[in-house]
Amino acid sequence: MSSKVLMKGNEAIAEAAIRCGCRHYFGYPITPQTEIAAYMSKRMPKIGGTFLQAESEIAAINMVYGAAASGRRAMTSSSSPGVSLKAEGISYLAGADLPALIVNVQRGGPGLGGIQPSQSDYFFMTRGPGHGDFHIIVLAPATVQEMADMTRLAFELGEKYRMPAMLLADGTMGQMMEPVVLPEDTVDPESIPATKPWATTGTDMKRPHNIVNSLYLKPEELEKTNLERFGRYAKLEREECRWEEYMMDDAEVCVVSVGITARVSKNAIVAARKEGIKVGMIRPITLYPFPKKPFAKAAENVRSFITVELNMGQMNEDVRLATNCSRPVAMCNRVGGMIPSVDEVLASIRKEAK
Amino acid sequence: MTFETIMAGFGGQGLLFSGKVLAHAALIEGKELSWLPSYGPEMRGGTCNCSVIVSDDPVGSPIIAHPNILMVMNEPSLDKFEDTVATGGIIFVDSSLIERKVGRDDVAAVYIPATKMAKDMEATSLANMIILGAIVAKTGCVKCETVSNALRETISARKANLLDLNLKAVEAGIKFIKG
Repeated sequence: MSSKVLMKGNEAIAEAAIRCGCRHYFGYPITPQTEIAAYMSKRMPKIGGTFLQAESEIAAINMVYGAAASGRRAMTSSSSPGVSLKAEGISYLAGADLPALIVNVQRGGPGLGGIQPSQSDYFFMTRGPGHGDFHIIVLAPATVQEMADMTRLAFELGEKYRMPAMLLADGTMGQMMEPVVLPEDTVDPESIPATKPWATTGTDMKRPHNIVNSLYLKPEELEKTNLERFGRYAKLEREECRWEEYMMDDAEVCVVSVGITARVSKNAIVAARKEGIKVGMIRPITLYPFPKKPFAKAAENVRSFITVELNMGQMNEDVRLATNCSRPVAMCNRVGGMIPSVDEVLASIRKEAK
Repeated sequence: MTFETIMAGFGGQGLLFSGKVLAHAALIEGKELSWLPSYGPEMRGGTCNCSVIVSDDPVGSPIIAHPNILMVMNEPSLDKFEDTVATGGIIFVDSSLIERKVGRDDVAAVYIPATKMAKDMEATSLANMIILGAIVAKTGCVKCETVSNALRETISARKANLLDLNLKAVEAGIKFIKG
Protein backbone atom coordinates (compact mmCIF):
# COMPACT_ATOMS: atom_id res chain seq x y z
CA MET A 1 0.00 0.00 0.00
CA SER A 2 1.30 3.42 -0.81
CA SER A 3 1.79 5.88 2.00
CA LYS A 4 0.25 9.25 2.64
CA VAL A 5 1.84 12.34 1.16
CA LEU A 6 1.06 15.98 1.75
CA MET A 7 -0.23 17.74 -1.36
CA LYS A 8 -2.39 20.60 -2.51
CA GLY A 9 -5.70 19.58 -4.05
CA ASN A 10 -4.56 20.94 -7.41
CA GLU A 11 -1.33 18.94 -7.29
CA ALA A 12 -3.18 15.79 -6.26
CA ILE A 13 -5.37 16.05 -9.36
CA ALA A 14 -2.32 16.43 -11.60
CA GLU A 15 -0.38 13.53 -10.10
CA ALA A 16 -3.46 11.29 -10.03
CA ALA A 17 -4.14 12.04 -13.71
CA ILE A 18 -0.60 11.01 -14.63
CA ARG A 19 -0.94 7.81 -12.63
CA CYS A 20 -4.18 7.09 -14.47
CA GLY A 21 -2.35 7.13 -17.78
CA CYS A 22 -3.04 10.73 -18.81
CA ARG A 23 -0.09 11.92 -20.91
CA HIS A 24 -1.71 14.94 -22.58
CA TYR A 25 -2.34 18.13 -20.69
CA PHE A 26 -3.35 21.34 -22.45
CA GLY A 27 -4.06 24.44 -20.43
CA TYR A 28 -3.79 28.11 -19.80
CA PRO A 29 -2.95 29.58 -16.40
CA ILE A 30 -5.61 31.12 -14.19
CA THR A 31 -5.88 31.42 -10.40
CA PRO A 32 -6.81 29.37 -8.37
CA GLN A 33 -5.90 26.29 -10.43
CA THR A 34 -2.51 27.20 -11.87
CA GLU A 35 -0.73 24.61 -9.71
CA ILE A 36 -2.20 21.91 -11.97
CA ALA A 37 -0.51 23.38 -15.03
CA ALA A 38 2.69 24.09 -13.09
CA TYR A 39 2.84 20.49 -11.84
CA MET A 40 2.18 19.10 -15.31
CA SER A 41 4.88 21.33 -16.82
CA LYS A 42 7.43 19.73 -14.49
CA ARG A 43 6.26 16.11 -14.69
CA MET A 44 5.08 15.55 -18.27
CA PRO A 45 8.43 16.13 -20.03
CA LYS A 46 10.08 13.61 -17.70
CA ILE A 47 7.66 10.79 -18.62
CA GLY A 48 7.34 11.39 -22.34
CA GLY A 49 4.01 13.15 -21.99
CA THR A 50 2.76 16.41 -23.42
CA PHE A 51 2.43 19.59 -21.44
CA LEU A 52 1.33 22.41 -23.64
CA GLN A 53 0.48 25.92 -22.52
CA ALA A 54 -1.89 26.94 -25.28
CA GLU A 55 -2.44 30.46 -26.58
CA SER A 56 -5.91 30.47 -25.04
CA GLU A 57 -8.44 28.33 -23.20
CA ILE A 58 -10.27 27.78 -26.49
CA ALA A 59 -7.16 26.40 -28.12
CA ALA A 60 -6.49 24.17 -25.12
CA ILE A 61 -9.93 22.52 -25.14
CA ASN A 62 -9.69 21.88 -28.88
CA MET A 63 -6.30 20.23 -28.37
CA VAL A 64 -8.02 18.01 -25.82
CA TYR A 65 -10.59 17.18 -28.52
CA GLY A 66 -7.83 16.05 -30.86
CA ALA A 67 -6.03 13.93 -28.28
CA ALA A 68 -9.29 12.41 -27.05
CA ALA A 69 -10.33 11.56 -30.63
CA SER A 70 -7.19 9.48 -30.98
CA GLY A 71 -8.19 7.52 -27.91
CA ARG A 72 -5.73 9.04 -25.45
CA ARG A 73 -6.50 10.11 -21.92
CA ALA A 74 -6.35 13.89 -22.19
CA MET A 75 -7.25 16.75 -19.89
CA THR A 76 -7.41 20.46 -19.39
CA SER A 77 -8.02 22.58 -16.32
CA SER A 78 -9.14 26.10 -15.67
CA SER A 79 -11.19 28.29 -13.39
CA SER A 80 -14.60 29.82 -14.00
CA PRO A 81 -13.91 32.57 -16.61
CA GLY A 82 -11.59 30.19 -18.45
CA VAL A 83 -14.23 27.47 -18.47
CA SER A 84 -16.68 29.91 -20.10
CA LEU A 85 -14.19 30.12 -22.95
CA LYS A 86 -13.98 26.34 -23.13
CA ALA A 87 -17.76 25.96 -23.45
CA GLU A 88 -17.72 25.79 -27.25
CA GLY A 89 -15.13 23.02 -27.24
CA ILE A 90 -16.94 21.11 -24.49
CA SER A 91 -20.07 21.11 -26.63
CA TYR A 92 -18.05 19.75 -29.57
CA LEU A 93 -16.57 17.03 -27.33
CA ALA A 94 -20.08 16.09 -26.21
CA GLY A 95 -21.35 16.16 -29.80
CA ALA A 96 -18.52 13.88 -30.90
CA ASP A 97 -19.04 11.59 -27.87
CA LEU A 98 -15.47 12.02 -26.69
CA PRO A 99 -14.34 11.27 -23.13
CA ALA A 100 -11.93 13.78 -21.59
CA LEU A 101 -11.25 15.30 -18.19
CA ILE A 102 -11.97 18.96 -17.58
CA VAL A 103 -11.15 20.46 -14.19
CA ASN A 104 -12.91 23.61 -13.00
CA VAL A 105 -11.55 25.08 -9.76
CA GLN A 106 -14.22 27.72 -9.32
CA ARG A 107 -13.73 31.36 -8.39
CA GLY A 108 -16.25 34.14 -7.89
CA GLY A 109 -18.08 35.64 -10.87
CA PRO A 110 -19.69 36.70 -13.10
CA GLY A 111 -17.25 38.27 -15.51
CA LEU A 112 -13.67 38.27 -14.34
CA GLY A 113 -15.13 38.26 -10.83
CA GLY A 114 -12.52 37.56 -8.17
CA ILE A 115 -10.09 34.81 -7.37
CA GLN A 116 -11.54 33.58 -4.08
CA PRO A 117 -13.57 30.33 -3.83
CA SER A 118 -17.02 29.99 -5.32
CA GLN A 119 -19.55 27.39 -6.41
CA SER A 120 -21.36 29.69 -8.77
CA ASP A 121 -20.75 27.60 -11.90
CA TYR A 122 -23.13 24.92 -10.58
CA PHE A 123 -25.91 25.60 -13.11
CA PHE A 124 -23.43 26.23 -15.90
CA MET A 125 -21.72 22.85 -15.39
CA THR A 126 -24.64 20.62 -14.43
CA ARG A 127 -26.88 21.76 -17.29
CA GLY A 128 -24.30 21.08 -19.98
CA PRO A 129 -21.74 23.86 -20.39
CA GLY A 130 -22.24 24.88 -24.02
CA HIS A 131 -24.79 24.98 -26.81
CA GLY A 132 -27.02 22.07 -27.72
CA ASP A 133 -28.69 19.32 -25.73
CA PHE A 134 -26.04 17.55 -23.69
CA HIS A 135 -24.62 16.81 -20.28
CA ILE A 136 -21.18 16.18 -18.92
CA ILE A 137 -20.44 14.08 -15.84
CA VAL A 138 -19.83 16.44 -12.92
CA LEU A 139 -18.03 15.26 -9.77
CA ALA A 140 -17.64 17.39 -6.63
CA PRO A 141 -14.70 16.46 -4.38
CA ALA A 142 -14.63 17.60 -0.74
CA THR A 143 -11.19 16.36 0.32
CA VAL A 144 -7.77 16.27 -1.31
CA GLN A 145 -8.12 12.48 -1.24
CA GLU A 146 -11.29 12.79 -3.30
CA MET A 147 -9.53 15.15 -5.71
CA ALA A 148 -7.17 12.26 -6.48
CA ASP A 149 -9.77 9.47 -6.40
CA MET A 150 -12.28 11.34 -8.54
CA THR A 151 -9.67 12.09 -11.18
CA ARG A 152 -9.57 8.36 -11.85
CA LEU A 153 -13.35 8.05 -11.60
CA ALA A 154 -13.81 10.90 -14.09
CA PHE A 155 -11.59 9.21 -16.68
CA GLU A 156 -13.29 5.86 -16.16
CA LEU A 157 -16.89 7.10 -16.20
CA GLY A 158 -16.17 9.38 -19.15
CA GLU A 159 -14.82 6.45 -21.16
CA LYS A 160 -17.60 4.10 -20.10
CA TYR A 161 -20.29 6.56 -21.22
CA ARG A 162 -18.28 8.28 -23.96
CA MET A 163 -18.70 11.78 -22.62
CA PRO A 164 -16.60 14.56 -21.09
CA ALA A 165 -16.27 14.42 -17.32
CA MET A 166 -15.56 17.30 -14.98
CA LEU A 167 -14.05 17.70 -11.55
CA LEU A 168 -15.90 20.70 -10.14
CA ALA A 169 -13.95 22.01 -7.18
CA ASP A 170 -13.67 25.40 -5.53
CA GLY A 171 -10.63 27.55 -4.86
CA THR A 172 -10.25 26.31 -1.30
CA MET A 173 -10.18 22.67 -2.35
CA GLY A 174 -7.55 23.46 -4.96
CA GLN A 175 -5.31 25.42 -2.61
CA MET A 176 -5.47 23.40 0.61
CA MET A 177 -3.07 20.62 1.54
CA GLU A 178 -4.10 17.38 3.20
CA PRO A 179 -2.59 13.92 3.46
CA VAL A 180 -3.48 11.88 0.39
CA VAL A 181 -2.87 8.33 -0.78
CA LEU A 182 -2.28 8.59 -4.51
CA PRO A 183 -3.66 5.93 -6.85
CA GLU A 184 -1.29 3.14 -7.87
CA ASP A 185 0.50 3.83 -11.12
CA THR A 186 -0.85 0.79 -12.93
CA VAL A 187 -2.34 2.18 -16.16
CA ASP A 188 -0.21 1.83 -19.29
CA PRO A 189 -1.09 4.89 -21.37
CA GLU A 190 -0.25 2.99 -24.56
CA SER A 191 -2.88 0.36 -23.82
CA ILE A 192 -5.80 2.79 -23.58
CA PRO A 193 -6.53 3.67 -27.24
CA ALA A 194 -6.99 -0.01 -28.12
CA THR A 195 -9.91 -0.17 -25.69
CA LYS A 196 -11.75 2.43 -27.78
CA PRO A 197 -12.93 0.90 -31.08
CA TRP A 198 -14.24 4.30 -32.22
CA ALA A 199 -10.91 6.12 -31.84
CA THR A 200 -8.85 7.38 -34.77
CA THR A 201 -5.88 5.14 -34.05
CA GLY A 202 -4.93 4.42 -37.66
CA THR A 203 -6.53 1.67 -39.74
CA ASP A 204 -3.32 -0.08 -40.77
CA MET A 205 -5.34 -0.70 -43.96
CA LYS A 206 -7.22 -3.42 -42.09
CA ARG A 207 -10.50 -1.73 -41.22
CA PRO A 208 -12.70 1.11 -42.45
CA HIS A 209 -11.56 4.40 -40.96
CA ASN A 210 -13.24 5.93 -37.95
CA ILE A 211 -14.71 9.39 -38.16
CA VAL A 212 -14.96 11.68 -35.13
CA ASN A 213 -17.35 14.49 -35.87
CA SER A 214 -20.22 16.50 -34.46
CA LEU A 215 -21.70 17.76 -37.73
CA TYR A 216 -24.90 16.08 -38.94
CA LEU A 217 -26.68 18.11 -41.60
CA LYS A 218 -29.54 15.66 -41.98
CA PRO A 219 -32.01 16.34 -39.15
CA GLU A 220 -33.08 12.68 -39.08
CA GLU A 221 -29.50 11.66 -38.35
CA LEU A 222 -28.89 14.43 -35.83
CA GLU A 223 -32.07 13.54 -33.97
CA LYS A 224 -30.89 9.94 -33.81
CA THR A 225 -27.54 10.90 -32.28
CA ASN A 226 -29.27 13.08 -29.69
CA LEU A 227 -31.69 10.33 -28.71
CA GLU A 228 -28.93 7.72 -28.52
CA ARG A 229 -26.90 10.06 -26.31
CA PHE A 230 -29.78 10.66 -23.95
CA GLY A 231 -30.23 6.90 -23.73
CA ARG A 232 -26.71 6.79 -22.28
CA TYR A 233 -27.53 9.67 -19.93
CA ALA A 234 -30.55 7.71 -18.67
CA LYS A 235 -28.29 4.73 -17.87
CA LEU A 236 -25.81 7.08 -16.18
CA GLU A 237 -28.60 8.53 -14.06
CA ARG A 238 -29.76 5.04 -13.08
CA GLU A 239 -26.39 3.55 -12.27
CA GLU A 240 -23.78 6.14 -11.38
CA CYS A 241 -25.26 8.52 -8.81
CA ARG A 242 -22.97 8.93 -5.82
CA TRP A 243 -23.44 10.72 -2.54
CA GLU A 244 -22.44 10.67 1.13
CA GLU A 245 -24.90 10.63 4.01
CA TYR A 246 -23.74 12.00 7.35
CA MET A 247 -25.74 11.53 10.58
CA MET A 248 -28.95 11.10 8.57
CA ASP A 249 -30.43 8.14 10.51
CA ASP A 250 -32.58 10.20 12.85
CA ALA A 251 -32.22 13.61 11.17
CA GLU A 252 -35.09 16.07 11.23
CA VAL A 253 -33.14 18.76 9.41
CA CYS A 254 -31.00 17.89 6.40
CA VAL A 255 -28.09 20.05 5.27
CA VAL A 256 -27.14 19.69 1.61
CA SER A 257 -23.71 20.88 0.60
CA VAL A 258 -20.65 20.05 -1.53
CA GLY A 259 -16.96 20.90 -1.55
CA ILE A 260 -15.61 23.32 1.05
CA THR A 261 -19.07 24.24 2.37
CA ALA A 262 -19.79 20.56 3.09
CA ARG A 263 -16.77 20.64 5.40
CA VAL A 264 -17.87 23.81 7.14
CA SER A 265 -21.33 22.21 7.46
CA LYS A 266 -19.89 19.08 9.11
CA ASN A 267 -18.45 21.23 11.91
CA ALA A 268 -21.79 23.01 12.28
CA ILE A 269 -23.65 19.69 12.41
CA VAL A 270 -21.34 18.37 15.15
CA ALA A 271 -21.97 21.57 17.13
CA ALA A 272 -25.75 21.37 16.58
CA ARG A 273 -25.84 17.73 17.66
CA LYS A 274 -24.21 18.81 20.95
CA GLU A 275 -27.20 21.10 21.42
CA GLY A 276 -29.51 18.14 20.85
CA ILE A 277 -30.60 19.14 17.35
CA LYS A 278 -31.22 16.16 15.09
CA VAL A 279 -29.46 17.27 11.95
CA GLY A 280 -27.58 15.43 9.23
CA MET A 281 -26.22 16.02 5.77
CA ILE A 282 -26.54 14.66 2.28
CA ARG A 283 -23.45 15.53 0.27
CA PRO A 284 -24.00 14.95 -3.43
CA ILE A 285 -20.79 13.62 -5.02
CA THR A 286 -22.12 13.42 -8.57
CA LEU A 287 -23.77 16.75 -9.41
CA TYR A 288 -24.70 15.41 -12.82
CA PRO A 289 -26.26 12.95 -12.49
CA PHE A 290 -27.81 14.50 -9.38
CA PRO A 291 -28.51 11.80 -6.76
CA LYS A 292 -32.28 12.10 -6.38
CA LYS A 293 -32.76 8.86 -4.45
CA PRO A 294 -31.44 9.91 -1.02
CA PHE A 295 -33.53 13.08 -1.19
CA ALA A 296 -36.76 11.22 -1.91
CA LYS A 297 -35.99 9.02 1.11
CA ALA A 298 -34.99 11.94 3.34
CA ALA A 299 -38.11 13.89 2.42
CA GLU A 300 -40.14 11.22 4.20
CA ASN A 301 -38.35 11.85 7.49
CA VAL A 302 -36.98 15.38 7.67
CA ARG A 303 -38.90 18.58 8.30
CA SER A 304 -36.76 20.76 6.10
CA PHE A 305 -33.60 20.96 4.02
CA ILE A 306 -30.92 23.66 4.03
CA THR A 307 -28.56 24.07 1.11
CA VAL A 308 -25.23 25.56 2.11
CA GLU A 309 -23.58 26.88 -1.03
CA LEU A 310 -21.35 29.56 -2.50
CA ASN A 311 -23.91 30.91 -4.95
CA MET A 312 -27.39 32.40 -4.91
CA GLY A 313 -29.18 29.06 -4.54
CA GLN A 314 -28.38 27.00 -7.61
CA MET A 315 -28.22 23.55 -5.99
CA ASN A 316 -31.22 24.63 -3.93
CA GLU A 317 -33.32 24.19 -7.09
CA ASP A 318 -32.07 20.64 -7.62
CA VAL A 319 -33.06 19.74 -4.05
CA ARG A 320 -36.55 21.15 -4.67
CA LEU A 321 -36.79 19.10 -7.86
CA ALA A 322 -35.51 15.95 -6.16
CA THR A 323 -38.06 16.30 -3.36
CA ASN A 324 -40.94 17.48 -5.56
CA CYS A 325 -41.06 20.59 -3.35
CA SER A 326 -42.57 18.40 -0.63
CA ARG A 327 -40.46 20.06 2.10
CA PRO A 328 -39.16 23.59 2.55
CA VAL A 329 -35.62 24.08 1.26
CA ALA A 330 -33.88 26.92 3.09
CA MET A 331 -30.59 28.42 2.10
CA CYS A 332 -27.40 29.45 3.86
CA ASN A 333 -25.12 31.06 1.33
CA ARG A 334 -22.33 33.52 0.74
CA VAL A 335 -21.09 34.71 -2.64
CA GLY A 336 -18.29 36.61 -4.32
CA GLY A 337 -15.54 34.56 -2.68
CA MET A 338 -16.93 34.70 0.85
CA ILE A 339 -17.53 31.44 2.73
CA PRO A 340 -20.21 31.00 5.41
CA SER A 341 -18.70 30.45 8.85
CA VAL A 342 -19.55 27.48 11.07
CA ASP A 343 -21.55 29.91 13.23
CA GLU A 344 -23.60 31.10 10.26
CA VAL A 345 -24.44 27.53 9.25
CA LEU A 346 -25.22 26.65 12.87
CA ALA A 347 -27.60 29.62 13.13
CA SER A 348 -29.34 28.44 10.00
CA ILE A 349 -29.68 24.91 11.42
CA ARG A 350 -31.08 26.25 14.71
CA LYS A 351 -33.65 28.29 12.81
CA GLU A 352 -34.86 25.30 10.79
CA ALA A 353 -34.95 23.04 13.87
CA LYS A 354 -37.35 25.33 15.75
CA MET B 1 -6.96 17.27 21.00
CA THR B 2 -7.16 19.76 18.15
CA PHE B 3 -4.65 22.56 17.53
CA GLU B 4 -5.86 25.30 15.24
CA THR B 5 -2.99 27.56 14.24
CA ILE B 6 -2.99 30.73 12.19
CA MET B 7 0.40 32.09 11.08
CA ALA B 8 0.21 35.63 9.75
CA GLY B 9 2.50 38.41 8.62
CA PHE B 10 4.03 39.84 5.47
CA GLY B 11 4.62 37.87 2.31
CA GLY B 12 8.29 36.80 2.19
CA GLN B 13 8.54 36.03 5.92
CA GLY B 14 8.11 32.34 5.22
CA LEU B 15 4.74 31.92 6.94
CA LEU B 16 3.39 29.46 4.38
CA PHE B 17 6.59 27.46 4.71
CA SER B 18 6.58 27.30 8.50
CA GLY B 19 2.96 26.15 8.25
CA LYS B 20 3.97 23.50 5.76
CA VAL B 21 6.69 22.22 8.08
CA LEU B 22 4.19 22.01 10.94
CA ALA B 23 1.71 20.20 8.68
CA HIS B 24 4.40 17.80 7.54
CA ALA B 25 5.39 17.09 11.14
CA ALA B 26 1.76 16.20 11.87
CA LEU B 27 1.76 13.89 8.84
CA ILE B 28 4.89 12.14 10.14
CA GLU B 29 3.18 11.62 13.49
CA GLY B 30 0.17 10.09 11.74
CA LYS B 31 -2.15 12.86 12.85
CA GLU B 32 -5.04 14.34 10.92
CA LEU B 33 -4.30 17.74 9.46
CA SER B 34 -5.11 20.44 6.97
CA TRP B 35 -3.08 23.37 5.61
CA LEU B 36 -4.82 26.26 3.95
CA PRO B 37 -3.03 29.35 2.60
CA SER B 38 -4.50 32.75 2.01
CA TYR B 39 -4.12 33.08 -1.71
CA GLY B 40 -4.48 36.04 -3.95
CA PRO B 41 -2.51 39.02 -5.10
CA GLU B 42 -0.22 38.66 -2.09
CA MET B 43 3.45 38.98 -2.77
CA ARG B 44 6.56 39.99 -0.91
CA GLY B 45 5.52 42.81 1.39
CA GLY B 46 1.77 42.13 1.20
CA THR B 47 -0.17 40.45 4.00
CA CYS B 48 -0.17 36.70 4.02
CA ASN B 49 -1.35 33.91 6.30
CA CYS B 50 -1.95 30.21 6.54
CA SER B 51 -4.18 28.03 8.68
CA VAL B 52 -2.93 24.69 9.98
CA ILE B 53 -5.15 22.26 11.85
CA VAL B 54 -3.51 19.34 13.66
CA SER B 55 -5.89 16.90 15.29
CA ASP B 56 -6.39 13.36 16.56
CA ASP B 57 -9.73 13.36 14.75
CA PRO B 58 -10.55 13.88 11.06
CA VAL B 59 -10.50 17.58 10.15
CA GLY B 60 -13.85 19.06 9.17
CA SER B 61 -13.51 22.60 7.91
CA PRO B 62 -9.93 23.69 7.15
CA ILE B 63 -11.01 27.29 7.77
CA ILE B 64 -10.17 28.50 11.27
CA ALA B 65 -12.56 30.97 12.89
CA HIS B 66 -11.07 30.86 16.39
CA PRO B 67 -7.42 29.77 16.47
CA ASN B 68 -5.98 28.46 19.73
CA ILE B 69 -2.50 29.26 18.44
CA LEU B 70 -1.75 32.52 16.67
CA MET B 71 1.66 33.46 15.32
CA VAL B 72 2.03 37.06 14.15
CA MET B 73 4.97 38.67 12.41
CA ASN B 74 3.55 42.11 11.77
CA GLU B 75 1.26 44.50 13.57
CA PRO B 76 -1.61 44.48 11.03
CA SER B 77 -1.87 40.72 11.56
CA LEU B 78 -2.05 41.13 15.34
CA ASP B 79 -4.74 43.78 14.84
CA LYS B 80 -6.66 41.52 12.48
CA PHE B 81 -6.52 38.22 14.37
CA GLU B 82 -6.15 39.13 18.08
CA ASP B 83 -9.88 39.21 18.75
CA THR B 84 -10.50 35.92 16.97
CA VAL B 85 -8.24 33.84 19.24
CA ALA B 86 -10.14 31.33 21.37
CA THR B 87 -10.17 31.93 25.13
CA GLY B 88 -7.18 30.14 26.61
CA GLY B 89 -5.30 30.34 23.36
CA ILE B 90 -1.69 31.48 22.94
CA ILE B 91 -0.45 34.35 20.78
CA PHE B 92 3.18 34.19 19.63
CA VAL B 93 4.37 37.69 18.85
CA ASP B 94 7.59 38.55 17.01
CA SER B 95 8.48 41.32 19.44
CA SER B 96 11.29 42.68 17.29
CA LEU B 97 8.70 43.62 14.65
CA ILE B 98 5.64 44.39 16.78
CA GLU B 99 5.93 47.02 19.49
CA ARG B 100 2.52 46.76 21.11
CA LYS B 101 1.41 44.15 23.60
CA VAL B 102 -1.54 41.78 23.34
CA GLY B 103 -4.56 43.58 24.79
CA ARG B 104 -6.55 40.57 26.02
CA ASP B 105 -6.21 38.94 29.42
CA ASP B 106 -8.06 35.71 28.57
CA VAL B 107 -5.30 34.54 26.26
CA ALA B 108 -1.59 33.95 26.88
CA ALA B 109 1.07 35.87 25.00
CA VAL B 110 4.61 34.80 24.20
CA TYR B 111 6.87 37.66 23.11
CA ILE B 112 9.84 36.40 21.22
CA PRO B 113 12.32 38.73 19.51
CA ALA B 114 12.61 36.25 16.68
CA THR B 115 13.76 38.58 13.94
CA LYS B 116 16.55 39.93 16.16
CA MET B 117 17.52 36.42 17.27
CA ALA B 118 17.64 35.37 13.61
CA LYS B 119 19.87 38.30 12.73
CA ASP B 120 22.21 37.50 15.63
CA MET B 121 22.65 33.95 14.40
CA GLU B 122 23.09 35.19 10.81
CA ALA B 123 19.89 33.60 9.67
CA THR B 124 17.94 36.76 8.88
CA SER B 125 15.05 35.14 7.04
CA LEU B 126 14.50 32.36 9.56
CA ALA B 127 12.53 34.16 12.27
CA ASN B 128 9.58 32.05 11.12
CA MET B 129 11.39 28.85 12.09
CA ILE B 130 12.41 30.28 15.47
CA ILE B 131 8.77 31.00 16.29
CA LEU B 132 7.75 27.58 14.98
CA GLY B 133 10.24 26.04 17.43
CA ALA B 134 8.69 28.10 20.22
CA ILE B 135 5.17 27.02 19.24
CA VAL B 136 5.90 23.30 19.33
CA ALA B 137 7.92 23.61 22.54
CA LYS B 138 5.16 25.55 24.28
CA THR B 139 2.07 23.73 22.99
CA GLY B 140 3.26 20.21 22.17
CA CYS B 141 1.02 20.18 19.09
CA VAL B 142 3.72 17.98 17.56
CA LYS B 143 6.95 16.69 19.09
CA CYS B 144 10.01 18.96 18.83
CA GLU B 145 12.12 16.26 17.20
CA THR B 146 9.45 15.62 14.56
CA VAL B 147 9.81 19.20 13.36
CA SER B 148 13.46 18.56 12.52
CA ASN B 149 12.50 15.49 10.54
CA ALA B 150 9.74 17.40 8.79
CA LEU B 151 12.23 20.11 7.84
CA ARG B 152 14.58 17.55 6.34
CA GLU B 153 11.74 16.17 4.21
CA THR B 154 10.18 19.50 3.25
CA ILE B 155 13.09 21.74 2.36
CA SER B 156 13.47 22.11 -1.41
CA ALA B 157 16.61 20.90 -3.17
CA ARG B 158 17.35 24.50 -4.14
CA LYS B 159 17.60 25.47 -0.47
CA ALA B 160 19.08 22.24 0.90
CA ASN B 161 22.22 24.15 1.88
CA LEU B 162 20.09 26.09 4.38
CA LEU B 163 18.86 22.97 6.19
CA ASP B 164 21.33 23.19 9.06
CA LEU B 165 20.57 26.85 9.63
CA ASN B 166 16.82 26.08 9.63
CA LEU B 167 17.37 23.30 12.15
CA LYS B 168 19.37 25.70 14.34
CA ALA B 169 16.61 28.29 14.13
CA VAL B 170 13.99 25.78 15.28
CA GLU B 171 16.34 24.73 18.07
CA ALA B 172 16.74 28.38 19.15
CA GLY B 173 12.96 28.74 19.40
CA ILE B 174 12.67 25.57 21.47
CA LYS B 175 15.46 26.80 23.76
CA PHE B 176 13.77 30.18 24.16
CA ILE B 177 10.77 28.41 25.72
CA LYS B 178 12.49 25.59 27.58
CA GLY B 179 15.55 27.59 28.62
